[in-house]
Amino acid sequence: MYPRWLWPSFALPGVLWLIILFVVPFYAVIGVAFGTIDPILLSAVPIWNPVEWNVGWVSEVLSRLEPGGDFWTVFVRTCEYVFASLGLSILIGYPVAYYIARHASRTKSLLLILLIMPFWISYLMRMFAWVNLLAPDGYVNRFLQFAHVIDQPYGFLDGKSSTVIFALVYGYIPYLILPLYASLDRIDKSQLEAARDLGASPLQAFLRVTLPLSKTGILGGCVLIALPMFGDYYTPNLVSGAPTTSMLGNQIDLYFHSTSQPTIGAALTILLSIFLVVLMGYYMITVARATRDLESV
Amino acid sequence: MTRIRGWLANPWGRPRFLVLITWGYIAWSIVPVLIAIQFAFNSSRSRTIWSGFSMRWFTWDPSDSVKNDPDLRHALGQSFKLAGADVLIAVPIGVLLALGLARWRGRGAGTSNFIMLFPLVTPEIVMGVSLLLVFTHIFTFIHTGTFAQVLGHITFSISYVVVIVRGRLFSIGRQYEEAAADLGASPAVALYRVLLPLLTPAIVAGAAITFAISIDDFVISQWLSSGGGTVTVPMLIYDATRAAPLPSINAIATIMVLVTLLTVLVGFLAYRYFTRGERAAGGGMVGDMAAFDI
Repeated sequence: MYPRWLWPSFALPGVLWLIILFVVPFYAVIGVAFGTIDPILLSAVPIWNPVEWNVGWVSEVLSRLEPGGDFWTVFVRTCEYVFASLGLSILIGYPVAYYIARHASRTKSLLLILLIMPFWISYLMRMFAWVNLLAPDGYVNRFLQFAHVIDQPYGFLDGKSSTVIFALVYGYIPYLILPLYASLDRIDKSQLEAARDLGASPLQAFLRVTLPLSKTGILGGCVLIALPMFGDYYTPNLVSGAPTTSMLGNQIDLYFHSTSQPTIGAALTILLSIFLVVLMGYYMITVARATRDLESV
Repeated sequence: MTRIRGWLANPWGRPRFLVLITWGYIAWSIVPVLIAIQFAFNSSRSRTIWSGFSMRWFTWDPSDSVKNDPDLRHALGQSFKLAGADVLIAVPIGVLLALGLARWRGRGAGTSNFIMLFPLVTPEIVMGVSLLLVFTHIFTFIHTGTFAQVLGHITFSISYVVVIVRGRLFSIGRQYEEAAADLGASPAVALYRVLLPLLTPAIVAGAAITFAISIDDFVISQWLSSGGGTVTVPMLIYDATRAAPLPSINAIATIMVLVTLLTVLVGFLAYRYFTRGERAAGGGMVGDMAAFDI
């Protein structure tokens, strides 16, 4: 009923926008990373033609990314932080999502609203709240001293890895719980009843029915929070600020904002993106599949 | 122990330890923010030691309150300016793109869809770096500053609008427009009189969410800022946290929390209002909320 040109022309402004301000900018990063540095102004001179690319900076970054190099240490640390945070987030998030999906009947709407709340509170505000609580004279230290767990205020904010992991969990866990909840909520109860009728113990039913059926939710949620965690720099900066807890994002931030070496920063950004493309691809294929299912209904 | 055994024997009973974990989690996620809000009303200069209620940091402190500190006032204005411009531009582009991508079958449709999904999964720092470099090396006529920040916010918002509107498009299907066409409506009339009203709830939800994510954004605003007058409230919180902040930071953060929650609430109520006839058909509030989780 509609003319054939209508839908592509509707899509045109948005597609053009994203090409000009999302795809082209990425090429700018590549151009800078493979470019040179002006010897006098010390500013980046991008090279647009792939034939003339200067691989010097990228290979320098790559050599520092090999075991023993300084970027390697940061890369390993970033992976440790992200995986520790993912593990903790699942440990906390799964029972919560499970309870709300399966057991909360009357309180379900209220719990869902409370669950979504953190989405609408600025991430910076939530981190700021914890910085206040963990300060030497903050509530946490005063409580611990009151309970005689510690005598002196503990320096939570003095470059502790555990604080950074804790902050990452606190910051990103809402984005994990929601997809988890969605996948658990979708599970047909009759399948569990069937498992129980066929003699599975409750634990077996959970391990062999619920858990496999929620696998997509777990993986999807993990990817969804792992991606921003890998690019995070503000969380470690806010709750620690010490170089001993710096993540890959901090290095990128540093090369652009503190030392003006955008070439190294750009090269790091590209390597980070290549590393993350696998995760992104996984997520986008899942989304594309879900969209197709929606369309076919 | 008997409780755990009782739960194992009957998983549909009341699992008390799950209740404990769930409410514990909720408290953990929300109470720290409430405490930060409490200290916005502190009467002394401390953010950690409570010394009584006062509106000092909102209104009457002569130099450091949100009302009297020009930096705070300006940051508030900048945040609203960016969010407002973002909604005005990203929502129309996103709605059109959602319609186009949902129905365009042909060469380029797949690629366009792919490009649309990318901003949703790209870490913000990567977007920040690439936008900064494109504005300093290719589109050099756009300097970092408010205009660049607006462009950046729109770029990451479009995809959110598309996802919300497209979800709605799939759920309403094409039968209403086909019925309109059968009854003699021209394509333009079918679009304007049938499809647009049906999409209104999703457009409202999309606008509310765009406003909320724009006002809470830190990374893109920071990378595209040119200092001074382009500092937004999240940037202000970030800079202040690492210095020695006053409760006025709590106060301005409190204002932002209220504004965001109010926006989402208004969006949500409007969504409920525009879909009021559909509630009998199932879905209910939990279904509505699906539009609000990305």
